[in-house]
This record gives sequence, structure tokens and C-alpha cells, in this order.
Amino acid sequence: MPTIRIPGPLRSLSGGQSTVDVEAADLRGAIERLDEKHPGFKSRLLDEEGEPRQFVNIYLNDEDIRLGDGLRSPVKESDEISIVPAVAGG
Amino acid sequence: MARVQALRCRECGTEYQLQPTHVCEQCFGPLDVVYDYTEVTRGLRERIASGPPSMWRYRDLLPIPDGAPLVTLDEGFTPLVRAERLGAELGLRNLYLKNDTMNPTNSFKDRVVSVAVTWARAHGFETMGCASTGNLANAVAAYSARAGLEAYVFMPADIENAKVVATSVYEPNLIAVRGNYDDVNRLCSQLAEELPWAFCNINVRPFYAEGSKTLTFETAEQLGWQLPDEIVIPIGSGCQFVRHRRAAGELLELGLVPGDRLPALTAAQALGCAPVYNAWRDGTERVRPVRPNTIAKSIAIGNPSDGPYVVRIAKETGGLVEAVTEEEIVDAIRLLARTEGIFTETAGGVTLGVLVKLARAGRWKGDEVIVAYLTGHGLKTADALNGSAGGRTVEIDPTLKSFREVVAV
Repeated sequence: MPTIRIPGPLRSLSGGQSTVDVEAADLRGAIERLDEKHPGFKSRLLDEEGEPRQFVNIYLNDEDIRLGDGLRSPVKESDEISIVPAVAGG
Repeated sequence: MARVQALRCRECGTEYQLQPTHVCEQCFGPLDVVYDYTEVTRGLRERIASGPPSMWRYRDLLPIPDGAPLVTLDEGFTPLVRAERLGAELGLRNLYLKNDTMNPTNSFKDRVVSVAVTWARAHGFETMGCASTGNLANAVAAYSARAGLEAYVFMPADIENAKVVATSVYEPNLIAVRGNYDDVNRLCSQLAEELPWAFCNINVRPFYAEGSKTLTFETAEQLGWQLPDEIVIPIGSGCQFVRHRRAAGELLELGLVPGDRLPALTAAQALGCAPVYNAWRDGTERVRPVRPNTIAKSIAIGNPSDGPYVVRIAKETGGLVEAVTEEEIVDAIRLLARTEGIFTETAGGVTLGVLVKLARAGRWKGDEVIVAYLTGHGLKTADALNGSAGGRTVEIDPTLKSFREVVAV
């Protein structure tokens, strides 16, 4: 099953778990399943239009999903989905 | 009331106790330090004037607990250079360059890192960390050495050799990551949750970022306590840009400068990594990430965390977001060196390139007070000028004959 890595600030929603396994065919489905298991995730991650919020970065394995197919990206058994807050740089 | 009060989410306003965290648990928005300046307002300008000739003369406006020993190499209070020759080329009679290449590790990052390491040591951290495009790594390695703290610096494996040497000389743990900066950053955000380290640009970012304000504080003081009409600032993550808006606002609110008008804040990007410029051009605050491909590696951030705020602030203040080509970057570095005797890195070339582009497009009448922030030294990215540095280079025999024949003055 694809695994979702939960960042520290959201682990209060997942009962402290740092990873949650979900059964889904694409990323949007994965977030739906995550929200069914642990209610609250969807509204934290997605805006009113159902797109990832500005300060939420979602990675499928190593790839920022906004550089690819976004939430339509298909997910496989072995995939890891990471939710990472935006960080400053330089 | 304590001077440094809390952290507050810039998006939803949720407040948090002062702690090493940078993200709002409610909405993932960035957290900023909240101050109560009531008790520092009286006599502030005099206290600043009698302070040390470093950025720590603005200590009252920085998030360090009173009495905490500073980790400092006398960063900041760098020259504000009046650029008459460059100004003449561009038709600008009041052009100034904030020469932040003159910092201890030759970039503005010394300001933010001095604050971050001071804060971290005061709060019991023993290890510093950072994800860096090079300049931050230089500074974190140096200031950790100064403080006697362990340092782990993470950089993309393809970073300029000069930045690798200028980091490793301080003997940190230098981790070269096979990926770009955005990859390094993602890795470090995940590590920051597992390890009890102070990551400058991650969990201690709210404190770290405040150090950038001192660039604008100094600029105002060096102009005789006046804000300029416009400031041109390079954009990587946009973290610095946001602080200059804050700094200008604080200067006005505290009565340190007259009037009520913010300077126009103009953002400069390299076209090879221009997610903020793209959003500006498209009239949106929604910044879409890009894959960076530019010689301006220190600002090659494809997924800029403060990008939306850069667009908003540029608009609010009457500034804009502009971008330049690789060729314009190199031309600007050479123009600056040739006219003012200052050698800046590629990110400075981006800033100058945008200034040149806007001046030639007729943005200014000529009397405006304009300041460009030169945030890093040219030796850090000297390779970018290989084969294209200007001037005349000839080789001769050590004889008068050879000199006369070849140089022919």
C-alpha cells in the first residue's frame, strides 16, 4: 500500500503516527482515504477548490507533484507520499 | 511586557509560544516573531547611534533575549556606497549600493546566521543545521565555529567549488546532496523533525529571518534616517524581501524615519529560475514551482516559500518583479566592477541586471533615491565569468622591448 509521511505539525491528527498507509489509485484518492482514517487532513491540505494549499508541498517519492500531474498523479503499491511545509532558503 | 512576545501565523493569526518552530499547525502558514516595542521606543535612535558598528546596534529590534551573549563576527553596518559612475550610465543621480559583500563570510547571510546561532545557543542547542545554496552554508559553518557548536550543512552536490572550500575550512559536517536546492530543503525539513538541531532556515527560521531587517535599518540610518524611494532586492525564497517590508514598516511606526510612505520594493530574479516573476507576470499570488537552471545558484530556489508575499508586497509598495537573462547577469557584474570597483556574485548580478533593465526602460525620472542590495561577493561565483571577464589581458616577456611591442601604450 502507498505510504503517506505525516509532518510533525499534523501528527496530532494522525494520533502521533509519522506514517499512514492508504489504499488508493491516485493522489487525490490517497488524501481522501487519509481523511477518512484520520478526519481533518483534507481541510488542512487542500483549499476550497480542492487544490493543495499554497504552503503545503506534496511529494510523490522525490517529485513535487506541482511539477507533474498534481493530485491526478497515479500512485503504486511501493510509493511514498510526503507532506512537507514550505521552508525558507538560501 | 516582554519585548519579544510570541510567534504568530502570518496567514491565520494563530499565536504560539516562543519556540523553535516555523509552521502554523492550523494552516501551514509561516510564523513570525511578535514584539512589544513600547519599552524600547524612548531614546531608541540615540541607543542605536551609540551602539557597536555592526548590525547589533539594532539589538532592540531583534528577537534575542536581553542579556544573551552574542555570537558575532561584527557582521553588518556595511558600506552604503553612492554610485555616481554607475548612476551616470543609467541616468540615476541618487543611486546607492548596499555593499553586503563586505560581511565576515562575504554575504548577507552573516546577519541572519548571527541571529540564529545566538538564539540557538541561548536556548541550549548544541548543533546547527541548514539547507543551503552555498552562502548560508558558509555563514553557518563560520558562526558555529565561532560559537563552539557542531554544524551540519547540506548543499546541492553541484554547488560552486569556492563555496565548498569557504564552508569546509571551518570544519563542519558538509553533506553534499545529489539533488537541487529544493531536494535538499525537503530532506532537511524531514530531518528537522527527527533531530534536536537548530536548522537555521527551518525550525528557527522565524528568529533567523529577522536578521535581514538590519539591511534596511542600516540603509535608512546611512541615508540620514530617511527611507529611499525604491530598493531592488534579489529573490531566492523571498524570505529576505518580506523582512525589508517589515523593517521599513517598523522604522516608520517607531518614528525613526519621517513620513508614512514605504519605499517601493522591487524583486529581482534570474529568468532561469523565476517562479515569482512568472506569478507576477500572470497577475497571481499562486507561485508554481520550477526546475532551476541559472548561474545565479545562490538564489536558484524553484519552490520559494515566501513567493506569494513577494508578489503582494511588490504590488502594495509600488514596486514590481522583474527578471533577467544569464547574459544580462554577467553584463551587470562587469558593469558594476568597471564603474564602481565592486565585485558581486551572480545573485548581485541579478539585482544589478534588473536595475539596469528598469533604468533603461525609463522606470525612473532620475532624481529618485534608489538602493540596490548587493548580497554576496564575486569571488564566490568567479567561475561564472570564466571566458567572459572584461578588460585586457596580455602576456609579455620581462623586457622593455616586449612591453613596447605587445602593450603598445
